Amino acid sequence: MTPELGQLALILAMLLAMAQAVLPLVGAWRGNRALMATARPAAAGQAVFVALAFLILVWAFLHFDFSVRYVADNSNLELPWYYRIAAVWGAHEGSLLLWILILNVWTIALAIFSRNLPEAFAARVLGVLGLISVGFLSFTIFTSDPFGRLLPMPMNGADLNPVLQDPGMTFHPPMLYMGYVGFSVAFAFSIAALLGGSMEQAWVRQARPWTNAAWGFLTCGIVAGSWWAYAELGWGGWWFWDPVENASFMPWLVGAALIHAQAITEKRGSLRAWTILLSIFAFSLSLLGTFLVRSGVLTSVHAFASDPRRGVYILVFLAIVVGGSLLLYALRAPKVMGGKPFAVFSRETALLIGNLMFAVAAAMVLLGTLFPLIGDALHLGKISVGPPYFGLLFPLLMTPVVLLLPMGPYLRWGKGDGGLLKGMLIRCAIAAVACAIVAAFFVDGSLKAIVGVAAAVWVGAGVLLYVIKRWREMPHGRRYPAEMAGMLFAHFGVAVFLIGVLLSESLSVSRDVRMAPGDVQTIGSYQFRFDGIKQTTGPNWHAEQASVTVTHDGKLLSVMHPQKRTYPHDQVQTESAVDAGITRDLYVALGEPMDAGNLHGAWALRVYYKPFVRWIWGGGLLMMLGGFVAACDRRFRVKRTATETAVTTAPSPNTRLAGEAQA
Amino acid sequence: MNPTRKRRLIIVLLVIAAAAVAVGLTVFALQRNMNYLFTPSQVEAGKAHAYSTFRLGGMVKAGSIKRSDDSLKVQFTVVDASGAMPVVYTGILPDLFRANQSVITTGHMDGNHFVATQVLAKHDETYMPKELKDAMAQAHAGKHIDESAMPEKTP
Repeated sequence: MTPELGQLALILAMLLAMAQAVLPLVGAWRGNRALMATARPAAAGQAVFVALAFLILVWAFLHFDFSVRYVADNSNLELPWYYRIAAVWGAHEGSLLLWILILNVWTIALAIFSRNLPEAFAARVLGVLGLISVGFLSFTIFTSDPFGRLLPMPMNGADLNPVLQDPGMTFHPPMLYMGYVGFSVAFAFSIAALLGGSMEQAWVRQARPWTNAAWGFLTCGIVAGSWWAYAELGWGGWWFWDPVENASFMPWLVGAALIHAQAITEKRGSLRAWTILLSIFAFSLSLLGTFLVRSGVLTSVHAFASDPRRGVYILVFLAIVVGGSLLLYALRAPKVMGGKPFAVFSRETALLIGNLMFAVAAAMVLLGTLFPLIGDALHLGKISVGPPYFGLLFPLLMTPVVLLLPMGPYLRWGKGDGGLLKGMLIRCAIAAVACAIVAAFFVDGSLKAIVGVAAAVWVGAGVLLYVIKRWREMPHGRRYPAEMAGMLFAHFGVAVFLIGVLLSESLSVSRDVRMAPGDVQTIGSYQFRFDGIKQTTGPNWHAEQASVTVTHDGKLLSVMHPQKRTYPHDQVQTESAVDAGITRDLYVALGEPMDAGNLHGAWALRVYYKPFVRWIWGGGLLMMLGGFVAACDRRFRVKRTATETAVTTAPSPNTRLAGEAQA
Repeated sequence: MNPTRKRRLIIVLLVIAAAAVAVGLTVFALQRNMNYLFTPSQVEAGKAHAYSTFRLGGMVKAGSIKRSDDSLKVQFTVVDASGAMPVVYTGILPDLFRANQSVITTGHMDGNHFVATQVLAKHDETYMPKELKDAMAQAHAGKHIDESAMPEKTP
């Protein structure tokens, strides 16, 4: 009975979402305040029913209700309770429900914090969010019902894919979705501005913390996914340019551009149309990401078997969202343009170049990801685009960004001051060259590693110099407002990330080896001794566990225990062992026995020495922190006085709305 | 030409130059890194002749997996309904690599066998990559494909 209640809750939620979409938009169009006021109650009601549906699905998982097909497909009696909760979003239907739940969380948060916005604008924003919700709820109800029954009820369920049974996987999808869905706020602001025909800087200021927070969540999700791939897939890599990774990376790139474009528009009023365009792209790519992963159009680790109805629905939905918003943009964007002019040598130009690079990089990744689909459609054969394509183009596109990054804070809005910049650049360059020369003695002449050190010092020194400058020049308490601190954290994260990527890529040693018990492998000053295999068991698996003793210059360092787990239904999963360190990771993964009949004979092992690999995720986490800290700035929440708004507002053709903004 | 227009012209020219470089590089990188997927019978028919590196996909033939005694070298045969291709690989095979399962290997031909540098088996053990299924269906249009070689996704 309960699952049917879940379905009913979804249907009611969809009706309320329709109300939330249509009534406020009509109200804002006709100037009817009663209709506009329906937005918040409808959103609240929708959120209650969506939460109810989600909880009912969680309940079904916790209580082993195998009469629900989705539960039977993705869990079984042996699965521990925490992975049963994670299994809710382990496959297509449940992850859609999670998406909708998160959309509702963001909508409610926006409904609460948008009291400062003019009534008509807030109504439009909530209406657009309602439209998105209608799209997703109808997709769920008509093509991917998570509450479908399975009769007769099986005694036990199938299993959650064992690669998903990992703590990293528990957090990865919700964080990623928080990011994807978070961009819907910036999107809704932009569409509302286009519908209303004007865009106030104050509204952009209100949209900024949402974009920053969404980008922070997305960063967190990508870092968790990368960490999971490293620890769980047994390949020891941290990024594979896999279609699904790309799907989350494209909105991240455009989101990074959007954060900077919004800063320009909010502070200077310039580049409004570009900001709107970026927010449309960020959200469209988030939608594409959600659907690419879950529809199975791309063959990948994460793809699930697909149903043709879903594919058609997705295409139509994407066409409406992308086509509709771009059409609206073409019709209305000229009305919202404006802002202060700026010189070629200015902070605006620097940010714009960075923006273009991010946008081009996203387009490059999009081309590489969709090329196999295009090739298939044009009958060019079954093509795949290899990682070297991305590996060649991405660093090229990001080089200007890295070079420009430390300059940003030193350039003034409107027109930059050359003298100030020159002093800073000389110091950064000296620091970078000096560190690169020192590093050259330690890295055996690997050019990539030397470039990595130089680039990281260039960025890091630039950030630190600015920190010192602010400390000296600004009065206490006004040195590092949250927005500034967030920027510094994120930019310093780039420096840390660069060290991690370039040093681990260039100096890693990886070996696939055949080892009999007692055999020793030496990598650098580390000796790995294989001490044989023993059997072990877990809550829902049994495993062969190897014992590998690592010594460093003759001293015992650690004993590592990589496993080869077997889950019910004979699914095999490699559980690698990692000895983590700040300057290096040691990584051992168990391959297969050389002779399947003799487990105590020789095994294939994969042994890695990975210097500075942890800095990759450290840098990612600093960027995430930057996004969150910047989102907390009080400036974004304080309501500006009417006079100040009037001064900073560019002339708007729509005087009625501008008048309301000040009311 | 007034200074504003001149500046705009320079900016436009720079953007066009940058776009041309970007497009050129992208095409170059794409061409170098596109890998085509072929099945053993397509390779036997000479379709992979023009490509130095390509991907070979099919089922691992039962009983064909042979390990070397002293290294990580392994030999197996990849088959589709009418073709067979011996593959040599040195390294650790993926968890889901088994007889009668679909694999996709990347590498090049060396004489009459295929030298793989990468072997992929899909994470879902009952899942046949769609592109591989299509390629195999295309290679044997009209022919019956052995049921055991075409596992369907089942709950």
